[in-house]
Amino acid sequence: MSDISFVRTEMLPEQAPPPSSVGAIGWARANLFSSTLNTALTLAAVALIYYVLAKLVPWAWSPTWNATSLKNCREILAELGREGHFSGACWGVIRDRWVQLFMGFYPAEEYWRPIAAFILLGVALLPILYSDKVPSKMIWFTGLYPFLMPLLLWGGSIWTPIMVLAGFVLAYVVYRALTERMSELIGLIAAVVAAVLWWLLAVSPLSGALADLIPLGLEPVDSRKFGGMMLSLTIGVVSIGFSLPIGIVLALGRQSDLLIVKALCVGFIEFIRGVPLITLLFVASTLLNIFMPPGTNFDIIMRVIIMATLFASAYMAEVIRGGLAALPKGQYEGADSLGLDYWQAQRLIIMPQALKISIPGIVSTFIGLFKDTTLVSVIGLLDPLGLSNAIRADANWNGVVWELYGFIALMFFVFCFSMSRYSMYLERKLQTGHR
Amino acid sequence: MTTLTDPPKESFRLSMLIYDTRYRSMTIQIIALIGFLLLLGMLVTNTAQNLATLGKEPSFRFLGEPASYDINQRLLEYTSRDSHLRAALLGLLNTLVVAFLGCITATILGVIIGVLRLSSNWVVAKLTTIYVEIFRNVPVLLWIVFTMAIMIETMPAPRAFKGENPVATMALNDSVAVTNRGIYIPEPLFSRSLGDVHLLGQGSMRFDVSLDLIAIVLVLGLSLWGAAKIKLRADKIQEKTGERPRTWHTRLGLIVVPTAVLLVALGFHFGYPELKGFNFKGGTHLRNSLIALWLALSLYTAAFIAEIVRAGILAVSHGQTEAAAALGIRPGKIMSLVVLPQAMRVIIPPLISNWLNLTKNSSLAIAVGYMDITGTLMGITLNQTGRELETVLLTMLIYLSISLSISAVMNWYNKRVKLVER
Repeated sequence: MSDISFVRTEMLPEQAPPPSSVGAIGWARANLFSSTLNTALTLAAVALIYYVLAKLVPWAWSPTWNATSLKNCREILAELGREGHFSGACWGVIRDRWVQLFMGFYPAEEYWRPIAAFILLGVALLPILYSDKVPSKMIWFTGLYPFLMPLLLWGGSIWTPIMVLAGFVLAYVVYRALTERMSELIGLIAAVVAAVLWWLLAVSPLSGALADLIPLGLEPVDSRKFGGMMLSLTIGVVSIGFSLPIGIVLALGRQSDLLIVKALCVGFIEFIRGVPLITLLFVASTLLNIFMPPGTNFDIIMRVIIMATLFASAYMAEVIRGGLAALPKGQYEGADSLGLDYWQAQRLIIMPQALKISIPGIVSTFIGLFKDTTLVSVIGLLDPLGLSNAIRADANWNGVVWELYGFIALMFFVFCFSMSRYSMYLERKLQTGHR
Repeated sequence: MTTLTDPPKESFRLSMLIYDTRYRSMTIQIIALIGFLLLLGMLVTNTAQNLATLGKEPSFRFLGEPASYDINQRLLEYTSRDSHLRAALLGLLNTLVVAFLGCITATILGVIIGVLRLSSNWVVAKLTTIYVEIFRNVPVLLWIVFTMAIMIETMPAPRAFKGENPVATMALNDSVAVTNRGIYIPEPLFSRSLGDVHLLGQGSMRFDVSLDLIAIVLVLGLSLWGAAKIKLRADKIQEKTGERPRTWHTRLGLIVVPTAVLLVALGFHFGYPELKGFNFKGGTHLRNSLIALWLALSLYTAAFIAEIVRAGILAVSHGQTEAAAALGIRPGKIMSLVVLPQAMRVIIPPLISNWLNLTKNSSLAIAVGYMDITGTLMGITLNQTGRELETVLLTMLIYLSISLSISAVMNWYNKRVKLVER
């Protein structure tokens, strides 16, 4: 037989794909120029990018880092032959004032305190945010941090936060003692009463006496000296910290069957969410001292923090309510079938899961509040935006606009963007557990 | 004869208020109520005491006194001799104007950007992502003052339009002038105007509306209603016979012709802005503060709306599109009949809450001097009369009623479109 075959016995070598469909060209054809509309969009977008960059880059590329005043900037630019209003940025203002934009008028020799406070804040948050990678004993530090932070930021005697902390210890002791002898509810009520009495009556004389005996503490810093990014962060962090427990209580109240409690909670939440923050800040600046018993006088930053806390707790309550609603009903029923009462079920079953689900929402509430802290400039506090006006009032920098706004925007962007990325990462991580 | 005796009555003990679940909820509620009332009472007594020390007595009588300040953007008749109440009313209208304009532009921009973010075009998708991230992560107040600075610092002064070879020229065939004092646009004028009509209210709440505007709105509304009727009839015919009568020309005619006839009858023409002396005269003057607020709020909120729109479109599962395609529905119809109605259910509630946020954020007007309710009632009126309690509470009440009415609409809508499941 001859070995003629009509079918090819060996494979042909693979041919390279046409050059127009691979590599950069192929990618561009598929993604940028796949249709007339797409091409038009691409060209328009590129033109827009070019237009913006062509204006922005030459302006930003300006060797004025060491300038000492706006006039000095103009001279440096004029030497380079660049004249006119938008010939170049005046970066000298940032070099001159960036510390102030971060720290406000906080005394320079005490800068380590806010820095330490915010670094330790990160450490305190670690066990919550990265619970799988950090030893769980660290949670003790998280519990202590709320007493450490005011000490670092505002200074004063070390005994005041310790005495306040002692109030919690006292409450716990009372609770344990009474719960074993009588009922849990009585223990709870007695603990709260004991703690409140301790804080109202015992803390200030005791801490005063101890401070006289052993004068330990940090140089007190007036809150009027707070400013810049540090002020924004302080308001944001303290308000969110306080609003979390209030928000949990409000969310539970809104979910409960108790009619009056529910009505009170819904009324509070809807009222706060229905008015703009600026009106609440006006309450802080003009009305809060009128509402307080005669003679009390909080400084303005305290009042702003109080109102911001109320504001944030209404939003927090809604976030946590979302978390509670997202829990499958079986969790509630499971807790009931184990014979747990309401508070046990909340503490052991519901809240740990609901809070975990709500972390992304809590982070975005924090971002929102952090951005909203710029509103305090309207009532005259020196947050970064308020400081930019103060800096412009300086004769040296009168007329600097874009550099300052740009720098402030960049600061906020860096903070908020990284937080929102973290929250997205968290959302992805949490989602795999549920679906 | 036997008598039924009552079951042995359990004597009520005080401890049952705590231990018995039948009474415990009552106890807790009453404690909560008492606590709340105590708090309220404390607030009220404190306030009364503090105000008495300050020598102020809470009263709203100041609202009737002459405001003696000017409002530069007014939709109603107003002079500085009018009362504080009327100033507040004008402020409220200004709030509503900027909120309304902002909501419309933010929605349009947001939808466009949200759709473009899903585009397969790499450059466009990245560019819109950058837009969304930049606007979402920088405070809105910064955007407002930034836009204001752009308007003031970069736009030409009116005198730049002067002379033989002016530095700046008016845009759009000499009808729009963009200056650092604001934007001048042509104003609609009626040479045979019907005048104003007194709509409602007396004294400081007097509400006069141009009769021309009412006539136009009425005619346009009637024509739209007629056009909708024609469409309904066409739908019915299509369902019965399978063929759709051509109606677009009658519908278009019905909408355009009556309004056009009315406009001609009223002698409609534009009044163009003109440079007189050192400033523009004539035309409608959109002040910098309005432009800055409007633009910044729209751009900021658009970033949030874009994310909502994107999420809404992504939420409609791909199977829906494929099933519709398998049924032989054309791509355009798939979008309008299958995808959009389902996406809307996801989009609308957060969209409305963003409109609400925009309305609340419009209170930042005070930073650029736009005379909204914050600028009038909680701004100048507060400073002039020193009535901080009354003005701030009244302002809060007004914002609260705006918010509550918007959320009432939202709840109604949610109930209507709620997915009815088994």
